[in-house]
Amino acid sequence: MGMKANMVEALNNALNIIMDRDERAVILGEDVGTEGGVFRVTTGLKQKYGEHRVIDTPLAESTIIGMSIGLALMGLHPFPEIQFAGFSYVSFNQLVSHAARYRSRSRSSFFLPMVVRMPSGGGVKALEIHSENPETYYAYSQGLIILEPSTPYDAKGLLISASRLNDPVIFLEPLKLYRLFREEIPEEPYEVPIGRANILRKGNEVTIVTYGPTVPDVLKVVDKKKVDAEVIDLRSIVPLDEKTILDSVKKTGRVMIVHQAPLSFGVGAEIAARISEKAIYSLEAPIVRIASPSIPYPFPGYEDYYIPDERRIEKGLDKLMSA
Amino acid sequence: MIEKIFQTEIMYQQVLDENGNIDEKLYPHDLSDDKLLKMYYYMTLSRAFDNKLISLQRQGRAVTYAPAMGEEAVQVGAASALRDKDYFVPNYRQHVIYFMRGLPIEKYMLSWRGFEEGLEIPPEVHGFPVVVPVGSQIPHAVGVAYALKLRNDGQVVLTFVGDGATSEGDFYEGMNFAGVLKVPLITIIENNQYAISTPRSKQTAAKTLAQKAVAAGIRAIQVDGNDVIGVYKAVKDAIDTIGEGPMLIEAITYRMAFHTTSDNPALYRTKEEEKEWKRRDPIDRMRKFLEKKGLWDSEKEKELWEKHQEALNKAVETADKFVPDPKSMFNVFSFLPETLKEEMEEYFGDGNEG
Repeated sequence: MGMKANMVEALNNALNIIMDRDERAVILGEDVGTEGGVFRVTTGLKQKYGEHRVIDTPLAESTIIGMSIGLALMGLHPFPEIQFAGFSYVSFNQLVSHAARYRSRSRSSFFLPMVVRMPSGGGVKALEIHSENPETYYAYSQGLIILEPSTPYDAKGLLISASRLNDPVIFLEPLKLYRLFREEIPEEPYEVPIGRANILRKGNEVTIVTYGPTVPDVLKVVDKKKVDAEVIDLRSIVPLDEKTILDSVKKTGRVMIVHQAPLSFGVGAEIAARISEKAIYSLEAPIVRIASPSIPYPFPGYEDYYIPDERRIEKGLDKLMSA
Repeated sequence: MIEKIFQTEIMYQQVLDENGNIDEKLYPHDLSDDKLLKMYYYMTLSRAFDNKLISLQRQGRAVTYAPAMGEEAVQVGAASALRDKDYFVPNYRQHVIYFMRGLPIEKYMLSWRGFEEGLEIPPEVHGFPVVVPVGSQIPHAVGVAYALKLRNDGQVVLTFVGDGATSEGDFYEGMNFAGVLKVPLITIIENNQYAISTPRSKQTAAKTLAQKAVAAGIRAIQVDGNDVIGVYKAVKDAIDTIGEGPMLIEAITYRMAFHTTSDNPALYRTKEEEKEWKRRDPIDRMRKFLEKKGLWDSEKEKELWEKHQEALNKAVETADKFVPDPKSMFNVFSFLPETLKEEMEEYFGDGNEG
């Protein structure tokens, strides 16, 4: 059986499946219970599974994550929600000094099955600190799985896959895509493999690597320009599917990396470095990176000048193809 | 209109005084002679472990070490009240509690020689690894306690922080969560008067640290932390009444040695002060009590320290035989991602090299 769902509905459906299937699953966070979360991803879950499993917590991100660590240590499977990714900085110490290291510091005698969900990125004219893309911070913390879907289908499948891992997962939900479109997804449980990128368009002339909020913009540009592009949606930032990227680059000889997070030291830098190390002789043109500039995310009035849009992606592609 | 809507008080409790005399009205009569002797055994083992580790560190055979010297009554008293089914969440100074709950000395010692293998803690210990960022284990303890609440089997969690940690956000957040969620959490503030060099007086303007519980709506008491029986009683009472909610216990004690082997207390406190607290040494106090009770004498004392020495020497011998496996560092996830596997192989070869 199928259902039409946007990303919010797909995530809610996945959480229902997880909570149904596994009594150890617990949801906690600010406003996740009675209200169903500020984006309504947890709608109806408290009513269905009870306030002991869907916990409206006090307003304190560090302890939402820290408490989740304690729950995971005791064999539960917490799904903490951080209301906006920018607020996760308050819990940075818990994520980096504890969640990422617990398995390592105890030589696997303890491990943390937990999925930290957070709406990420901008594009909806939100207030300051409501549009952050924190993936590089967490990818660099060594010990966290970082996932970011770009479609309702992947959102549901990745969340279910994440719920089967005995590892801490940062699950970034591009809030710009939460309600952007609906698509047909299976009602039944299914999984999307972690650590495997998705090739959205097969092509031979150029490789475009992207993920999360910029995926629909890239597809629009590719369709408009009628380039023979191979579009790779990472879905999984850690672990990174290096093989899919390298195989494609070796075939096309040209690569553009697009993300909404700022340019310097970003995910694109890591990918470019790996291509330089392992496929530089296949390149016919310098690597192009399209990202937000290396400045703080501005107030919403300036947002349109800041995040990469179709125009900037198109410009980057023109530069790459004419090089 | 203006009227008083809230007031509170913090009680201070001492059962065993500095001369080894007990307050009969408060004495917990469930304490058997055997249990008292066990407490003394672990207090002295803790002191002996400190001496051994400091000596090993000075020889370059242990890493920077944080001794518990002077705080044995807090740790042993509190952990003696725990049942096997309860849990403990330490910071980095409660070495002896691991031993009390069954982690072998030679195993734990490895962590202070710089190897994670020392914190491979078997599940039956019901305890968690050493946590370094100050106060950051309190939220974990809240989570552990919440899980126990769901189990509904009367279990509690005992966690420890220092006086410095009570200034951390995680401490306030954790107490607040514990109050709202009404979890079975007992938090001990090991108030040893110093956060490295910063005295208690510069940590907070509050008259007591115990009163920080009040804002979180949880119970609190201040105890003489050099009185092992008083600490035991406070924790036992908290366990017996845990249905009423979490408890914060401020134990007044003194860090008789340095913060760690890298610290020099001569820079920030006087010899006179150290001497004054030496007079209140929790181990001397307990020994006086045991002697008065006819349970102890100098012959037994001599034998006990010899026994500790022997056990520690044996532990060092075993720990010396530990062979590190650098590949174990790559044990970060439940699986080995391709890119990480490649890094590992680049460092260590394809499996045939070490």
